[in-house]
Parts: sequence; structure tokens; C-alpha cells
Amino acid sequence: MARPDPTPADDEAIRKRQRSRSIVTALILFALVVLFYAISIAKML
Amino acid sequence: MATAPIDAPAAGLPADWRDFWALTKPRVMTLVVFTGLCGLLIAPGHIHPVLAFTAILCIAMGAGAAAALNQWYEADLDAKMKRTRNRPLPAGRMERQAALHFGVGLGAFSVVLMGLAVNLLAAAILTVSILFYVLIYTVWLKRRTPQNIVIGGAAGAFPALIGWAAVTGRVELLPVLLFLLVFLWTPPHFWALSLFVNSDYAAAGVPMMSVVAGTRATRLQAFLYTLPMVAVAILPWPLGLAGPIYGVAAVGLNAIFLMLAIRVGFSREEDPALMKAERRLFAYSILYLFASFGVLVVDRLWFA
Repeated sequence: MARPDPTPADDEAIRKRQRSRSIVTALILFALVVLFYAISIAKML
Repeated sequence: MATAPIDAPAAGLPADWRDFWALTKPRVMTLVVFTGLCGLLIAPGHIHPVLAFTAILCIAMGAGAAAALNQWYEADLDAKMKRTRNRPLPAGRMERQAALHFGVGLGAFSVVLMGLAVNLLAAAILTVSILFYVLIYTVWLKRRTPQNIVIGGAAGAFPALIGWAAVTGRVELLPVLLFLLVFLWTPPHFWALSLFVNSDYAAAGVPMMSVVAGTRATRLQAFLYTLPMVAVAILPWPLGLAGPIYGVAAVGLNAIFLMLAIRVGFSREEDPALMKAERRLFAYSILYLFASFGVLVVDRLWFA
């Protein structure tokens, strides 16, 4: 069954959810960059 | 495979990041990370702190991936149990496919990172532990046999082996004993729980020992599994793998466990609300595992 069109309130809720997910994803990616850099240094020692 | 329809998120709302976090069963992960860390700390040799952190992170991600795949597969069961019906999938806060992708992606990433950054043996054991939990326990055993948690308990016993292998690149007797300790600890721990949430498991159709064989047989088996568990827990001391700090603590901790298991074994209580002995054994069993591993680390570092 097709979903009904989202209301403006639904749109706002979706955007808010997407924003928070994007922020968390960015933080995780940044942490991984730092981790991979640290691993590279540690493996060279 | 789970076939019951699980509600899709309302209005196409994407799952919240907190739901992905919940999918990894963070409380269970705490125990897994702790035993993995202990395996790593008691191992002889040296590992760079960054690589040690990476190994523990991979163990945590592997456990989280296995938990996510478990919930993906068991969404229909979880929807039937009070204890689990508010999880992201049965509550309809997440699409099942998102949980599957998350679990497979996280699991694959944890194994590849472990293999590249730490060593191949640790990565291989991590792979086995994830596959064991998902395929052997979740898919094969859980819905088919009351021995589900006995064999499935092996999945939770791997982290100490992985931690040790991360440092040494080998598997030796002490981590194998720790593996056996967690393996033998699982039946009394879970059967104590299943005794007082029996109706939940029965409603979901999970063939837990207490559902299939009754409370009396479950009590007896929980007690019987405690006996080899106590022997394995104390063994590192007489074998010279641990010192007197661990030995004395292990005797005390296991004496209490045995006493509580005897109470459960010989109890005749049938009303879950009045099952104090079972609740005590369940609560103590968690403390017991933390304390046993913690004391072993103190002992090994003290006499290192």
C-alpha cells in the first residue's frame, strides 16, 4: 500500500532526523580518520 | 526465517541514530568488551595502546553487529515478549533492511579492521564469534532446542580469546579456560533468568529449558552446570596460571555462586513473582563474571 504524502510536520521531522544522523555520521568518520592515522603511526613503530 | 510483518516506520521517517545504537545491545556489549579487555590485559607480551584500543573497538563492533543481526532475524519473536517489544524493529522505529545492512556492514568492518590493524588470528576468531552467534545460535538453535543457550553460550565466550590473541597472536591454555568459564557460566545465568520470565518465552514460542522441560529440570540443570563452572574457574590457580590473589578470590566468588545455585536447584517455587533465589542467582552471576575477570587481571598484573 502506498504511503500518504508527508505533511509539513512530517517533512520537518524527517529533516530533523536526517540532520542528527548526518552529524553523528560525520563525527564517526572524523573519529575513524584520527584512528587510522594513529594506527598507521603505531604500526610504523 | 522471521516472517511476521513488522510495522514500517511511520511516514517514511528514517531511523534515529539512537535506534542504531540500541540495535547493538550496549548493555550486553559492556560485558563482552570487559572480558575482551581482560583477555588482552592478562596476555603476556606487549601491544601498542592504539592497537589495543583498536582490538577492543573491533570486539565491541563485532558484538554490536551480531546483536543487530540477531534482532533483524528475531524481530517477530521480540514483538511477542514484554522484555523486548520496545526494541527498534518490533516497535516499528526502523526498517528491517536497515538493521540488516547495519549489522552486515558493521560486522565486516570490524573483522577487516581487526585483520589489518591487529592480526589475522584475532580477526579469524572474531569472524567465528559473529557467525556462531548469528548462524548457530540465532538462526539454527534458538527456535529449535532447549539446549540453545548451552551451545550458543560459546558465542559470548570468544572475546577473552580474541583479546589474548590480539596481543600474542596465539591461543593458549589460560584464555581457553576463560572461554570455558564463560561457556559454562551461561546456562545457570540464562536459566535463572528464564525461570522468572518463563511466561514471556512461552508466549513467544522459544523452546527455553524452562518452557520445554519445566522449572524442576531447569533448576537441576542450572545447578549441575555450576559444578564444572566452579572447577574451571578455580583451575588457573592450581595450574600455576594465576596467583593466590585470584585463587582466594575465585574460591570465595565460586562458593557464593554454588550456594545460590544450590538454593535455585532445590527450590520448589513456581510463582515467578516469588522467585527470589532465581533473581539473586541471575544478579550475582553478572557480578561474578565481572569480579572473576577483574581479579584475574589484578592478579596477573601484580605478579607480572
